Amino acid sequence: MSEVLIRADHLARRYDVRRGMFSAKATVKAVADASLTVSQGRTLAIVGESGCGKSTLARLLAMIERPSDGKLVITGSDVSDGDPAKVRALRQTVQMVFQNPYGSLNPRQKIGAALEEPLAITTNLPAAERRARANDMLAKVGLRPEHYHRYPHMFSGGQRQRIAIARALMPRPKVLVLDEPVSALDVSIRAQVLNLLADLKAEFGLTYVIISHDLAVVRHVADDLMIMYLGRVVESGASAAIFAAPKHPYTQALLSATPVADPRAKRNRIRLEGELPSPISPPSGCAFHPRCRFANDRCRTEQPAATISAGVTVACHAVAEGRI
Amino acid sequence: MPADVTAAGLEVQAEALAPPRPLAEFWRAFGENRGAVVGLWIVAAIVLVAIFAPLLAPHSPIEQFREAFKRPPAFMAGGDWNFPLGTDAVGRDMLSRLMYGARLSLFIGLAVMLVSMFIGVALGLAAAFSGGFVDVAILRIMDLIMAIPSLVLAILIVAVLGPSLTNTIIAITAVYLPRYVRLTRASAIGEMQKDYVTAAKVAGAGPWRIMLATVLPNCVAPLIVQGALGISDAILEAAGLGFLGLGAQPPAPEWGAMLSDSREFLQAAPWIVTLPGLAILVTVLAINVMGDGLRDALDPKLRRG
Amino acid sequence: MPLLDIRALSVDFTTARGPFRAVDHVDFAIDPGDVLAVVGESGSGKSVAMLAVMGLLPWTATVTADRMTFDGRDLMAITPEARRKLIGKDIAMIFQEPVASLNPCFTVGFQIEESLATHMALDSQARRARAVELLTSVGIPEPERRLGQFPHQLSGGMCQRVMIAMAISCAPKLLIADEPTTALDVTIQAQILDLLVALQKQTGMALVLITHDMGVVAETARRVVVQYAGEQVERQVVDGLFASPRHPYTAALLAALPEHAKGARLASIPGVVPGQFDKADACRFAPRCARADDKCRTVKPPRQPANLGEALCHYPLSGGAA
Repeated sequence: MSEVLIRADHLARRYDVRRGMFSAKATVKAVADASLTVSQGRTLAIVGESGCGKSTLARLLAMIERPSDGKLVITGSDVSDGDPAKVRALRQTVQMVFQNPYGSLNPRQKIGAALEEPLAITTNLPAAERRARANDMLAKVGLRPEHYHRYPHMFSGGQRQRIAIARALMPRPKVLVLDEPVSALDVSIRAQVLNLLADLKAEFGLTYVIISHDLAVVRHVADDLMIMYLGRVVESGASAAIFAAPKHPYTQALLSATPVADPRAKRNRIRLEGELPSPISPPSGCAFHPRCRFANDRCRTEQPAATISAGVTVACHAVAEGRI
Repeated sequence: MPADVTAAGLEVQAEALAPPRPLAEFWRAFGENRGAVVGLWIVAAIVLVAIFAPLLAPHSPIEQFREAFKRPPAFMAGGDWNFPLGTDAVGRDMLSRLMYGARLSLFIGLAVMLVSMFIGVALGLAAAFSGGFVDVAILRIMDLIMAIPSLVLAILIVAVLGPSLTNTIIAITAVYLPRYVRLTRASAIGEMQKDYVTAAKVAGAGPWRIMLATVLPNCVAPLIVQGALGISDAILEAAGLGFLGLGAQPPAPEWGAMLSDSREFLQAAPWIVTLPGLAILVTVLAINVMGDGLRDALDPKLRRG
Repeated sequence: MPLLDIRALSVDFTTARGPFRAVDHVDFAIDPGDVLAVVGESGSGKSVAMLAVMGLLPWTATVTADRMTFDGRDLMAITPEARRKLIGKDIAMIFQEPVASLNPCFTVGFQIEESLATHMALDSQARRARAVELLTSVGIPEPERRLGQFPHQLSGGMCQRVMIAMAISCAPKLLIADEPTTALDVTIQAQILDLLVALQKQTGMALVLITHDMGVVAETARRVVVQYAGEQVERQVVDGLFASPRHPYTAALLAALPEHAKGARLASIPGVVPGQFDKADACRFAPRCARADDKCRTVKPPRQPANLGEALCHYPLSGGAA
């Protein structure tokens, strides 16, 4: 078994929102309860739709925000309280790549300087050494030394994403959290960037946590899979096992809703009625029950606990009761 | 290097067509606005006159020529080229006073702009980054300043501190502080939402670095425009104060004061009033037009290309 | 007789850096009841072509065509008033960002009734009834309550349904959907696509779906047009396109999909889409094509016949998926 780099137990992240001057403050439970482990060398994919909390969870793992509840241990160091000294030290271990290639680079900073910045902040390396490492990394992501002096707006979306990946790798992290790294890119560029990520993973021995809503991409890259719905984990386990036999009704619906690029494929689409619920006023009991065709009274009142069967963790009453 | 990026010839093509450098791009966009370019030339001329006033002015601005009271300009009947633009009520050469007045006006405008921008940006960044009580306190103080009409507030401050050039600058700086504070705060808050700021945090940047090195450079464009326009506003404000006798004290050749001193001669010797007024008008107009062009060139949304 | 008949449509933009040809001699022939997908990546000109048909391009665009007729009427020769009567009534369009496509200052009901008021002679009670009817037909629960809500109070999927309701309010003969589900979640995307297909079957209108998602194409389209750098490189029925793509770009695009990956690496297409200045007079895909030779780089490729997917290629692929 490979080493566990990140362990999260019952993480939660809540935000208070004002709803106008005279209404009571409401609490948005962006992440209600999420537990996961990230193991060395394996790619964990976190999947879900809007409001499921996957982006917030990514930000918790990258220590951009501190958890409201729960325990977060990264390479043996407990950062659940967001202690600044520990967090600073762990910046060398966990880095992040963002979704929007057009917003994640400082428009007024030459990309060479952007690449050197992490080293300038956290290490005492001389300028020449930093420059050499930056050029080295540029080459690894498929750019050339003359690109060093250019500004981000002179690059295409795919190139910017490469620069963002290069910058994240400068401190030689162990874990890279990628928030929808290829969603904003064209199909052909997507393939280039995914290949690059695969190459870098092999070369640097990286561990990836990929947030995505694109199941086709996830199927291709993920070793482990975690499916979230309204701030909770509904199913998690080995990616191949889940794709072969999804157990949770939401997972089944999600997989069947994904368009398949084959006109002859048999389509037995599980139609999910209704809208995604709002995190401010979640449904009672199991959050999925209004849209679930297996919901019974227990589902409407009681939050399902996670049960493990055949190596896959599922949080569903119907599965636990053997109804599906 | 990954093979799928270095397909033959593609990288070479891309280099040959690298987009122009930002400064060249800016000049091209600026040049599209003819008025702005004219404004720029006029402003440049005024600046040169102000800098080289001691060399260009035919006389001293405060020397009174007893034998040449209210001499008309050279192109009018009764004038001579010794005093090309005539003299005022106590025999001082108009041209020289106007040239030295340019120095004064531009100095005031620049000083006000620089000081208020420096303090305003600092306060704006502090408000944006601190949030909470500090933010609210700064904003409310700025609201207070804005609630009072600018000239009235300036008069108030000068009346308390005493009329002089330095106090004029202090007064006008206070009056113009809110616009820089609000502009910086709004830009900073907008930029802070963006991913690259989060990325800097993840890279380990502390709050000072983020404020000054990451966010501030991206707030600069609207500040430049506001600064340019602010110079002309400050000149007008200073002229207003000077007109009221609260600005630079005589015998300093401040344009506003020159206007005030010569109101009574509007019928008899109009050039004494008209010329300083014209000087103010041309300077402020030129700076405004240039500032407009600057804004159009720096704001990508307004460009038509 | 085709409903929408376009021959050699070209769109040129005047930019600060010179003229830019976004769409280069494309043809469309859409029959009543047809479902056509227009596939392409950024820079392919797929949206611009349809915006040109609707007359929604900015003043910097010059539209030229040999023929552009809708329902027998020449779109290039009609007056702006006549065009306004046509657009929104017989041809409708829905866009990618549903929340941004609705006016945030007005209620949903006002916007639907506005479109009814412009094109149909109904009194206000009849308009309201029709608005409720439309919201029901697009699957919005509690339609009367929704009519009084503002766009920001609705989710993305709801807003897209409202857009669809507005689009079909005057029973159009042709509906153009520009990336209608790209901004939506997967389960909502499935609902919206099912809705569009159902409406198309019900009303018999023609549907043009602009997308970059091959999965969506496979599930909804009958015919497909593939665009690259402003040109149409392949035109085929959907089964044929996926089973045996004829143009190397189509084949490469299909091979680059994660679901067609063989092993850990995806078959990516090297290089990038040509920009404003890179467009050659020869084959535009040649710099990125594994099979290109000197002829491809110097001579404009011919349009192959229908049995070869009408591919714009010197050496079309001879069947069998990549």
